[in-house]
Amino acid sequence: MAVNELQSTRKPPIFQIGAILWLRTNLFSSWVNGLLTLASLYLLYISIPPLLDWMVLSANFNFGTVNILGFEIKFSEVMADNQNCGREAACWPYIYEKLYMYIYGFYPREESWRPDTVYGLTALLFVIVRLVRNYKYKNRVILSLIVAYPIVSYILLAGGFGLLPVVETHRWGGLLLTLVIASVGIIVSFPIGVVLALGRRSDLRVIKLFSTLFIEFIRAVPLITILFMASFVLPLFLESGNNFDKLLRALIGIALFQAAYFAEVVRGGLQAIPKGQYEAADAIGLSYLQKNALIILPQALKISIPNIVGSSISLFKDTTLVLIIGLMDMLAMVNMTSQDPYWLGRETEGYVFVTMVMWVILYSMSRYSRKLEIRFNTENKN
Amino acid sequence: MKQQNILSQVKSLTFREILYNNEVRAFFFQVATFLLIFGLFYTIIGNLFDNIEARGIHTGFSFLKNRAGFDILPFLGNYLQDYTPESSNLTVFYVGLINTLVVAFIGIIITTFLGLFIGIARLSNNYLIAKLAGGYIELFRNVPVLLQIFFWYNIFINIFPHPKKSLSFFDVVFLNQRGLYLPKPILENGFLLVIIAFVVGIILTVFMKRYFNKKHDETGVHTRTLGYSTLLILGLPAVFFLLLGSPLHFDFAVLGKFNLNGGMQIVPEFIALTFALSVYTATYIAEAIRSGIEAVDKGQKEAAAAIGLTQTQSLKLIVMPQALRVAIPPTINQYLNLTKNSSLATAIGYPELMSSFGGTVLNQVGQAVEILGMAMLVYLVISLCISLLLNFVNKRMAIPER
Repeated sequence: MAVNELQSTRKPPIFQIGAILWLRTNLFSSWVNGLLTLASLYLLYISIPPLLDWMVLSANFNFGTVNILGFEIKFSEVMADNQNCGREAACWPYIYEKLYMYIYGFYPREESWRPDTVYGLTALLFVIVRLVRNYKYKNRVILSLIVAYPIVSYILLAGGFGLLPVVETHRWGGLLLTLVIASVGIIVSFPIGVVLALGRRSDLRVIKLFSTLFIEFIRAVPLITILFMASFVLPLFLESGNNFDKLLRALIGIALFQAAYFAEVVRGGLQAIPKGQYEAADAIGLSYLQKNALIILPQALKISIPNIVGSSISLFKDTTLVLIIGLMDMLAMVNMTSQDPYWLGRETEGYVFVTMVMWVILYSMSRYSRKLEIRFNTENKN
Repeated sequence: MKQQNILSQVKSLTFREILYNNEVRAFFFQVATFLLIFGLFYTIIGNLFDNIEARGIHTGFSFLKNRAGFDILPFLGNYLQDYTPESSNLTVFYVGLINTLVVAFIGIIITTFLGLFIGIARLSNNYLIAKLAGGYIELFRNVPVLLQIFFWYNIFINIFPHPKKSLSFFDVVFLNQRGLYLPKPILENGFLLVIIAFVVGIILTVFMKRYFNKKHDETGVHTRTLGYSTLLILGLPAVFFLLLGSPLHFDFAVLGKFNLNGGMQIVPEFIALTFALSVYTATYIAEAIRSGIEAVDKGQKEAAAAIGLTQTQSLKLIVMPQALRVAIPPTINQYLNLTKNSSLATAIGYPELMSSFGGTVLNQVGQAVEILGMAMLVYLVISLCISLLLNFVNKRMAIPER
């Protein structure tokens, strides 16, 4: 004889469950929010479909027969040319035709295995560094690799020394040149940046003054002025008749420019090291070099790694500026290849292609930097 | 007695002790660095003079008085300096400087609003808005700004029609691939008074705000000032404008047979450059604003709600002042970056400092040291001004120590 009978649970109202609840809380929580949602949907509607149409749906993919890794893939009977490619949407056969230029520039076609090998070695380097992480002599292995890698790469790319035919630097171009400038810029400027950062924090007034002046001067002017300086004035600074390589001049300019930025990043790391570390190093009688190499820099560099990657990303973006002093990087290839009388007026395809390549590289770098930031930011977690 | 003791100690310093003395070492290193840098400069400047002489390049700044002899894309600097190919190279410098400052000024205004909007949208509780803002940041931040400048410039001259078929908005504003045509304001005598009235209106508003703020602090009575401010800033100049018999006329662009005549032409180079720079820089400003808002403690918002402030009041009086303290320094740094990046105009030929003066004049005259030195000096002064502004803001913004 139950007085209270258990009521069967009623289902929640339809507005409180599943997709409708999500829509209500996330998109239509108030009438302002609802209007904003509709406005952004409209924005997506007017931008995405035409873009998709231009890039994929109406675009021309008539590449002819393409050989990918030994497989013959037939896209169409013959490759499209500029006339029958259409003007209303993207003409990707143009990119396919000029792909070699975008990746290697004017590098001789029969020698293209050499840049390929360098790309392969670079990938191998990253793999080895990861593999030997727990090996006893890992520092020795990594150090010798870091010394050997630029030398081997240089011999492969430039040739000479009686080993390989010489390829002058003015024939380097495209993505190859972009990567060469970025990696040389980072590798060369990093040690200079560390020295400048230490100099700026030094007790020695003269050293501090010169370091500060250099860093602040470089950071105050745009990279273009530095590149123009390197291009026009640097040859005048050297012994007369010494009109050296254009690429080398740009590299010197970029390395000095980037060194100032790295110096500020490393200085930020140095400032974060507690004073006790310096005092402890002094107390156990370490010299200035020992103190910095064994105690301070390992800690300071570790905290600045995310910012170092961030600064490297900026450098990678800035490498596009070398086209202004006449180097043929990937962006310059757009202007170069669209001058081809056979493919006139295809700049837009070129810019979109370069944008996609650059975006993929830069986006992965920035994701990596964010990952590092999370990995190294273990101390201040609540 | 004591004197002698110290002296005997000094004498007993061995060579080894001198070598390891910190002060001696510091002195030695500083002298060595100084000599090294001095030697470097001595050599390169010596080489520089030898090379200049060997190549027959002129030196000195007399080239500034020479005739420039080339056309510059018509834009603001051109109008203000009445530039013709007969003008001197110094005029080219001023034209370039004005054009740089115009891009920087307009770009900074646009990028601030865009960045603020995107930064707030990124934290919106509306899923779609937040994702769109995030997508915007990831898309535009990871493409080199030079590429964006080229891209928008290319788009602009490709999608807009030939001047003959200009897009017309009520016959006042025209748009074609040569740019945007706005009515050109022609100032007549007396317009200066209107501008003065405007400035006076702003100054009066500032004083009025101070007075009412003081009153609010002392008595707690809040006065709405928006109406008075509008009246002072807009009404005062309007009264003068009408009293002086509207001393302002517009020169409208007229569609001729082949081209537009008259009006104020805003060249596509300027539009593409300003647009690309603003869109790119806004991604950084948005991130600064976002991190600023996220840095405000949650308790602050809760406390504001607890004392009965509305959502808007809480944002305006509690959250934003604290968020801006974090967000403003990186934002000002981005203004400097935008100004420096305006030098990328060289690539599309917008006549700013590095393209007209550092580019064309340099190619004609060949005096790279003087010309690049002047250009670098301009950027140094600009960045010095921005650093001073930053220091000032930081001082104002610092939490008062008790």
